[in-house]
Amino acid sequence: MITRLIGKALTLGVATGAMALVTAHAAELTVYTAVEAEDLARYAEQFNKAHPDITINWVRDSTGVVTAKLLAEKNNPQADVIWGLAATSLLLMKSEGMLEPYAPKGVENLDPKFVDKSDPPTWTGMDAWVASVCFNTVEADKLGLTAPTSWQDLTKPEYKGHVIMPNPNSSGTGFLDVSSWLQLFGEEDGWAYMDALHENIARYTHSGSAPCKLAASGEIPIGVSFAFRGAKSKAEGAPLEIIVPSEGVGWDMEATAIVAGTDDLEAAKTLVDWTITKEANEMYNTGYAVVAYPGVAKPVEHFPPNLIEKMIDNDFEFAANNRAAILAEWQSRYDGKSEPK
Amino acid sequence: MLRTDDENPAFLKINALWKAFGDFLALKDISLEVAEGEFVCFLGPSGCGKTTLLRAIAGLDPQTRGTIEQSSRDISNLPPAQRDYGIVFQSYALFPNLSIRRNVAYGLENAGHSRSKIDARVDELLQLVDLPEQGNKYPAQLSGGQQQRIALARAIATKPGLLLLDEPLSALDARVRVSLRHQIKELQRKLGVTTVMVTHDQEEGLSMADRIVVMNHGRIEQVGTPIQIYRDPDTLFVADFIGEMNQVQGVAETADRVRIGEVSFNCQSHGFSPDEKVLATVRPEDIVPIERDHSDQADPADQGVEVHIGDMEFLGSYWKARLDSPRLSGSLNANLSMNAVRRMELSVGSHLQVRLPSDRLKLFANPSAVT
Amino acid sequence: MSKLATELPAGPRVRLVLGSDDWFMRGFIALIVLYLFVALALPLYAMLSKSISTFRMDLTQFQFQVSDETGFFSGDILSADELNAAVGAYSEQELNVGSGGRLSATAFFPDFSFRSPVKYRVRGVDDSAVFLLGSERRTGPSWVELDSNQFRRVVLRPVTSVGLDNFKRYFSTPSLVQSIKNSLFIAAISTVITVLLAFCFAYALNRSCMRFKGVFRLIAMAPILVPSLLPGIALVYLFGNQGLLKAVMAGESIYGPYGIIAGSVFFTFPHAMLIITTALAISDARLYEAALSLRTSRWKTFWTITIPGARYGLISAAFVVFNLVITDFGLPKVIGGQYNVLAVDIYKQVIGQQNFEMGAVVSVVLLIPAMLAFGIDRIVQRRQVALLSARSVVYQPSSSRIFDRFCLLYCSLIAIFILGILGICQFAALVKFWPYDLSLSLRNYAFNRMDGGGWAAYRNSIELAGLTAFFGTVIVFTGAYMVEKTQGFKGGRTLFQFLAMLPMAIPGMVLGLAYIFFFNDPDNPLNFLYGTMAILVLCTVTHFYTVSHLTAVTALKQMDNEFESVNASLKQPFYKLFARVSVPVCLPAILDISIYLFVNAMTTVSAVVFLYSTSTALASVAVLNMDDAGDVAPAAAMGMMIFYTNVAARIVHAGLSRGVLRRTQVWRHH
Repeated sequence: MITRLIGKALTLGVATGAMALVTAHAAELTVYTAVEAEDLARYAEQFNKAHPDITINWVRDSTGVVTAKLLAEKNNPQADVIWGLAATSLLLMKSEGMLEPYAPKGVENLDPKFVDKSDPPTWTGMDAWVASVCFNTVEADKLGLTAPTSWQDLTKPEYKGHVIMPNPNSSGTGFLDVSSWLQLFGEEDGWAYMDALHENIARYTHSGSAPCKLAASGEIPIGVSFAFRGAKSKAEGAPLEIIVPSEGVGWDMEATAIVAGTDDLEAAKTLVDWTITKEANEMYNTGYAVVAYPGVAKPVEHFPPNLIEKMIDNDFEFAANNRAAILAEWQSRYDGKSEPK
Repeated sequence: MLRTDDENPAFLKINALWKAFGDFLALKDISLEVAEGEFVCFLGPSGCGKTTLLRAIAGLDPQTRGTIEQSSRDISNLPPAQRDYGIVFQSYALFPNLSIRRNVAYGLENAGHSRSKIDARVDELLQLVDLPEQGNKYPAQLSGGQQQRIALARAIATKPGLLLLDEPLSALDARVRVSLRHQIKELQRKLGVTTVMVTHDQEEGLSMADRIVVMNHGRIEQVGTPIQIYRDPDTLFVADFIGEMNQVQGVAETADRVRIGEVSFNCQSHGFSPDEKVLATVRPEDIVPIERDHSDQADPADQGVEVHIGDMEFLGSYWKARLDSPRLSGSLNANLSMNAVRRMELSVGSHLQVRLPSDRLKLFANPSAVT
Repeated sequence: MSKLATELPAGPRVRLVLGSDDWFMRGFIALIVLYLFVALALPLYAMLSKSISTFRMDLTQFQFQVSDETGFFSGDILSADELNAAVGAYSEQELNVGSGGRLSATAFFPDFSFRSPVKYRVRGVDDSAVFLLGSERRTGPSWVELDSNQFRRVVLRPVTSVGLDNFKRYFSTPSLVQSIKNSLFIAAISTVITVLLAFCFAYALNRSCMRFKGVFRLIAMAPILVPSLLPGIALVYLFGNQGLLKAVMAGESIYGPYGIIAGSVFFTFPHAMLIITTALAISDARLYEAALSLRTSRWKTFWTITIPGARYGLISAAFVVFNLVITDFGLPKVIGGQYNVLAVDIYKQVIGQQNFEMGAVVSVVLLIPAMLAFGIDRIVQRRQVALLSARSVVYQPSSSRIFDRFCLLYCSLIAIFILGILGICQFAALVKFWPYDLSLSLRNYAFNRMDGGGWAAYRNSIELAGLTAFFGTVIVFTGAYMVEKTQGFKGGRTLFQFLAMLPMAIPGMVLGLAYIFFFNDPDNPLNFLYGTMAILVLCTVTHFYTVSHLTAVTALKQMDNEFESVNASLKQPFYKLFARVSVPVCLPAILDISIYLFVNAMTTVSAVVFLYSTSTALASVAVLNMDDAGDVAPAAAMGMMIFYTNVAARIVHAGLSRGVLRRTQVWRHH
């Protein structure tokens, strides 16, 4: 055991050096992503069917972490391609000049909503990731709660302590909720809404999928999360109802971009070209009901049917450029307000 | 006989050695020569600098100033490994996880000797320290005295030119100490290795050393053979430190006379001017009781003085008596033989006369009289 | 000095010629000092400089020109600074922004309307000025001309400078400052409870004749083998809304201070118990005999002998616990709810908001109590050691039926608490769908289907633990040997001692963040380490350096100081002594160091949470991330995997120790 470990350690340094060489020759790409762990292997497999010569080295983490990582590596990018990260995050990269502008082949086939407005675009969308409310019917019955139908419903006193949502400071889902409320209700009313909602919130989670999972396990009956997660939990047998609030729901895109300064621009372009193909979009459709390629989407099991029409007209630029200010405001209003009882 | 001279140049030559620990001077201007084959003992109270001097010779704590030569080679700034000595510490410092054999063989390895040659040498050494059967044991299985013999064997295994012993017997109990004393001395004589031993035990020094270096406060007080040191101490410190010594206040008279109390005695010739306050010293065993039937009267020319016994302590082979005398305005300790006590029927309160032999009565400056 | 100057003859100090051994040992010390510099001092420096690197809007950098209604530019060219002075759009305070700071340009023009036909020009005075058109980045002194509708998309970006603005912002943000109070509160309360409970436990172990002492001691040590966030997960299952014992909470939420305190007591308990047990064990039985002969009451004896005798142990335990709680990140992350503490703030600032500067500021704030607690503990420890060396007669408790029963009851309760926490985690991990389907299944062990790194993370953790144990032990022990046994070279050794003590005062979060700043700098030649297993090993070894170093030093100090002298006099190279004597004699300590490093590498979260990459995801971090994603049961399952692995490692260690001792330490048994 020990000798094996030593051997491993000794080769570590060599391997790191060698990796750089290998990348140049056999086309290996380091791809940063926030796509769910279980989907990654499938994505790579599909891509390699078309391009067996390019190996993908995934670097996967939650949206917040990958964003932080990319920004931290701003002056020394480690990634070649970003495949599957929130568009709001990519906008931040873009404003830091970290993305390589590139119009992938066939970009004109995509819904223009899913393509960066710059010419050439710096990123292209894959699929949409839509907010929803997960509602545990069993626990609601026990507590005598009626199912909410709108965002405003969630501020009703009966839900006090029964709602859970992600902290926008750490969760992409949390941020899209907050930014959508500000867009839906306007700045002033938006904050007023959150003030009221805050009274009912049991706590803010760090992750975007946690509220739905906690609703599924009955820990907190109502979880503000995203539809895909709710559908999954439901499929696992959780007594959940996925509610699409009537005012409309916030959403974000998973998107793809080339990192400026990549060692292998050609391979990166090949990969990005493939990520917007029809077959790639069909692949995204297994998890996401809304994809960038028009006409591809098939309904996803347990997915709320009316979700797409409820998606708000999201202003990503607003979201990205006001992100720091919104988060600071949110933090000063709600974070750390709960004292020891 | 072992003094160094031109024909027999010094094996170890220490010249004007100083050692400072911060502001504290542990060695002050030490110069010393040791002849080849000589057994020299550094003797002194704790803190006198004797161990510091030994460690400087070993290169373990180098001196601040001064030079050391060994076999005419200047070793002043050589690291320990480049000097030529074996060393034995009070703590034995045997390697606890190595067997006795491997401890002894430790210094013989990596020196190009064959395995069998090393084995033979180890056997020889174990024989030499009289522990031939213990080779496969571990140090913790041996007694303290045995461990110290092993440490000695290990130190001489490589036949070093110089053997350094740092309080080698201090951790042992009294009986073992005495027997090991003889063993070490015998071994040293047999091997003829130049040896420097540090001790605070005067008996050890007197019984083992060819020459004794008495040290105090970082300086050498006196260098000499044990007999010289004992019989003829150069300083009051040496007189006091080595053996037991009566010290009484006195006043110098002529060049070889001193007055103690009311009585005037002949003494070793001295350089004090008349009426100078001095300390007169005499060893307890040098005080001779005068038997009554020889003379009834104390005779000053006979160096006699009348005393009575204030206290007696039986010490096995002799009696230690406190002799009080109003004429001496003080008391003296005397060692009285069993025979004398029996014959003279001495007991506490007995009156008798004692003689202070003139050649055993030595004067020193009185430190308390110095203003 | 004057005495020395007058007596000591003038002349150069005698210096020994350095032998090859001396050079080698000094070289090695220099090497480890260099290691500690690179692995500790430089990253901390990078972090400190990050905390004072500020982002400020420099309005003089931007210039604007406004056209008339026909689109003709004739007006003055005004800098944003001049415009702001005129209209007062932004206060000084608002110009101090974070790294993500953005200022809308339209605010400088009060009569701006996006429907207006007026056009705007904007430019920077030089290339350092950055502004965004929407999300497009523009720099440089050439005019960008925009119509009103476009102009409203212009935002200005800040420049970096150096100053204390980050700290000012920190202390003027109430929610952040609240965390300081929260952290201190939690740490203080947890400390009082833990020390009290641990003292009673240690007292029962030392002073009673109850049965099962060995079992209790073993159980009490169990929390060391799990990540600190595991008790958080257990508490959710016990006292959460679907918890088994929810009724106990009487409507209060376990998420928050209650949960953090309960969990902290769990994971700090063994640390406190060990220290207090040692303190109680050294008290002198003769004092108790004296008290007995004086017919002193048990109660009075307790207050006049037991407590004063153990006081250093109690103080030391208190500060150790305080430090552990205030620097812990995993537990408050899992069960803290909305109750913010400093360690979690660092994580939120960095991971959530990508505000690295503020993360660095919070780190500096967290450093202060951690350093203080560490410093006091060191002073107290030193006194305790002094007591220890003067130890005398060991106390032998006498049996007392009532007291022994009471102790047994108390220890059983503590044992139930500890085993309950572990048991509930294991149970939850095996249940199919808590609380709706309690049938057993291994579904939660399908880690590859979850976020966090899957089974690969578990394998990585074992690899990290193995590598950390191996390299850490080699570096720490060799370093301790060199620094203890080298002659002279005082400067180098002092520096070494200082650097070796430093890691204990540095919270893991702070170290991890410092590593990002240092190793992720593209100009750093060590940048290639970033994202590798090597940096995790480096960080973990450094994080746990101090305790390992102290263990090694203690063992080395127990060896005869004259071994080196004897070795040199026998003209043997130092490495022979090192290999043949020092290492074998210190083998028990060496094994202790390696198991300590192994266990901690398995459980650590805080230091590595910023440093792992996808290929080096770790089990402990997976517990965190799975819990984060709401996969609580799999998180519990992974946490228990860590526990079992550490138990196995302990058993292997015990076996190895025994075997090795039998072979190499025969001398001890005679």
